[in-house]
Amino acid sequence: MTYFPEEVVEHIFSFLPAQRDRNTVSLVCKVWYEIERLSRRSVFVGNCYAVRAERVALRFPNVRALTVKGKPHFADFNLVPPDWGGYAGPWIEAAARGCVGLEELRMKRMVVSDESLELLSRSFPRFRALVLISCEGFSTDGLAAIASHCKLLSELDLQENEVEDRGPRWLSCFPDSCTSLVSLNFACIKGEVNAGSLERLVSRSPNLRSLRLNRSVSVDTLAKILMRTPNLEDLGTGNLTDDFQTESYFRLTSALEKCKMLRSLSGFWDASPVCLSFIYPLCAQLTGLNLSYAPTLDASDLTKMISRCVKLQRLWVLDCISDKGLQVVASSCKDLQELRVFPSDFYVAGYSAVTEEGLVAISLGCPKLNSLLYFCHQMTNAALITVAKNCPNFTRFRLCILEPGKPDVMTNQPLDEGFGAIVRECKGLRRLSISGLLTDKVFMYIGKYAKQLEMLSIAFAGDSDKGMMHVMNGCKNLRKLEIRDSPFGDAALLGNVAKYETMRSLWMSSCNVTLKGCQVLASKMPMLNIEVINEWDGSNEMEENHGELPKVEKLYVYRTTAGARDDAPNFVKIL
Amino acid sequence: MEAATDVENLKATELRLGLPGTEEGPQKAAVPTPPSTPRAGSKRALAGGEEAKKPAAAAAPPAAKAQVVGWPPVRSYRKSCFQASSKSKAAAPAAPQKEETAAAAGGLFVKVSMDGAPYLRKIDLKMYKGYRELREALEAMFLCFSGGAADGAAAVNPSDFAVTYEDKDGDLMLVGDVPFEMFISTCKRLRIMKGSEARGLGGATRE
Repeated sequence: MTYFPEEVVEHIFSFLPAQRDRNTVSLVCKVWYEIERLSRRSVFVGNCYAVRAERVALRFPNVRALTVKGKPHFADFNLVPPDWGGYAGPWIEAAARGCVGLEELRMKRMVVSDESLELLSRSFPRFRALVLISCEGFSTDGLAAIASHCKLLSELDLQENEVEDRGPRWLSCFPDSCTSLVSLNFACIKGEVNAGSLERLVSRSPNLRSLRLNRSVSVDTLAKILMRTPNLEDLGTGNLTDDFQTESYFRLTSALEKCKMLRSLSGFWDASPVCLSFIYPLCAQLTGLNLSYAPTLDASDLTKMISRCVKLQRLWVLDCISDKGLQVVASSCKDLQELRVFPSDFYVAGYSAVTEEGLVAISLGCPKLNSLLYFCHQMTNAALITVAKNCPNFTRFRLCILEPGKPDVMTNQPLDEGFGAIVRECKGLRRLSISGLLTDKVFMYIGKYAKQLEMLSIAFAGDSDKGMMHVMNGCKNLRKLEIRDSPFGDAALLGNVAKYETMRSLWMSSCNVTLKGCQVLASKMPMLNIEVINEWDGSNEMEENHGELPKVEKLYVYRTTAGARDDAPNFVKIL
Repeated sequence: MEAATDVENLKATELRLGLPGTEEGPQKAAVPTPPSTPRAGSKRALAGGEEAKKPAAAAAPPAAKAQVVGWPPVRSYRKSCFQASSKSKAAAPAAPQKEETAAAAGGLFVKVSMDGAPYLRKIDLKMYKGYRELREALEAMFLCFSGGAADGAAAVNPSDFAVTYEDKDGDLMLVGDVPFEMFISTCKRLRIMKGSEARGLGGATRE
């Protein structure tokens, strides 16, 4: 291969877009390493602290698309204290210095400042796409900078970010010359936007395919916009709770009827049932539907709509849908692949209209189901075993029984057998979240059968260190392990230290790990960062176990080539 | 600052077979033996709990039912969206579990009785924007009972009836005095009273 000119080798590499393959070829020899790194177009950094930003920029100067992820997943549930880290600044600065050809930036769970967004908007002349998911630290002023200076912007996708609202000006910052928008999602922006600016922006964006509005956009504006976007494929509605004015809604329906390409709907903030009927004509062509922000819709409203959505592949709903409603889904949506049922009541001892019966019904009616997130108040082993048999194609299975440690509601047994069936039958399972009363046995099953498992989330489960050991020893492809409130201690932490080099990260909070155990791990594995996070300095006086070793409140372990990070706050100790 | 919360929540963190939120039922008999190491979770989980995102419905319950930090695993974004929108969640009255759970499920259902009617009805107060809509709905619902022995002739005169409600304190109140939002948050059940009895309530002219 070394006899070929570089261009040829590079051309061959262009058939290997997957990062893993590119990493592999770069290890073959120095020549290949060089060719590969200079021709790499897309880089994915799963943990922003696993590698220095400068090093990435130096190695891949011609990168076009960069993805960086920051905080660990449990940050979504407020388990990671604010100011922990995950700053986007160093990445944007490094890229601005070394990778001026950057076109796309995707960030998840990172802290992004307005200054960084300003720098981003001015540093990359070909910049096209910005995707921020679950990020924070910026305001609409930062968005104004992006809108103003990124002349080729085609994608601005803001998903579930915490954005400080500094007024509607930002949307008006898109210059008249900006006609390249393909995807615009500002659903998470809390404030008003100028309806006129929005309409004009949409009018001059003939390539717009995805548009997700925020709550402030009225039905009237929505109807006007939709008249301009007949090629829209994905729509997030604005406000559908207007005082019922028939005219606006009729305009909406006729506008929607023109959108023959529309496949996916979301938004529906507090939508009232009456508004739904205006959407009915669209249902037969939908493949994706997110009604999970509409707590005002009851089971019959939901089923009236969903029963018309015969092509549905992806459905997100609230548990108001009830078991009966899920039966309707099961009989109407034969192509369903992904289902998420969210709780409408976050109160642990509250009420939910979905039970194990709804899940079983879905599994019977929708054999193509491969991705599930299901919140409920009760489950049985029998139901899980049935689900496993009916749907062997699960790649993602997340079950959250709201009451921690709740047993099988019929037999009062742990749910070990149920989850055991899931991992045994679903050979392609890559992601699993377990809940309910669980002993070490479930982990034995997971270690034995879940060979493709990459991510496992554990809460209030297990009896002893053996549980975690089963997982660490058995799950060959494990990349992310996150555990809370489970009785795993130092023996489990230290039982298979080499494993951590093959994983992205381990999170343990409210377990039985001690500082001593962490120190031992740190001394054995210098290529890991062991972050001991203790928010409440000195609050350990409250611990009952005086004289015993202090337990570590929160532990975050990850492999890294960057050494200890220098931006850690004082409550994080890196061993 | 957080220490104070710790002390309050100590009761909730005391070690027991059941976990937070499990008051109902003595059927813990079959639960397997507790783990040899204390469940670190039930103690630490409540330490210095973040109050910020607790749903408003937690107003009434005793400490033992207090929320666990970061549980259920729902993104704060979603939780904050719900808090922004749920007026009736905040309005769920402290009293009977049933009403509270019904409200929490996304509807504010209250019983409606009418003097002389053989059975009661239930309506969802959240479905109505104001008193006029509510009254129209009630009239439509109970029209069939108003005739009684009548031969299906004229519909009964609505002013023969008064719509009253029982509030949080158990008092019988006339519907219409307070702003609708406030009414929804305090109304426990509705009662449609016959004119003769109703007139004893409001006193003077009821036009």
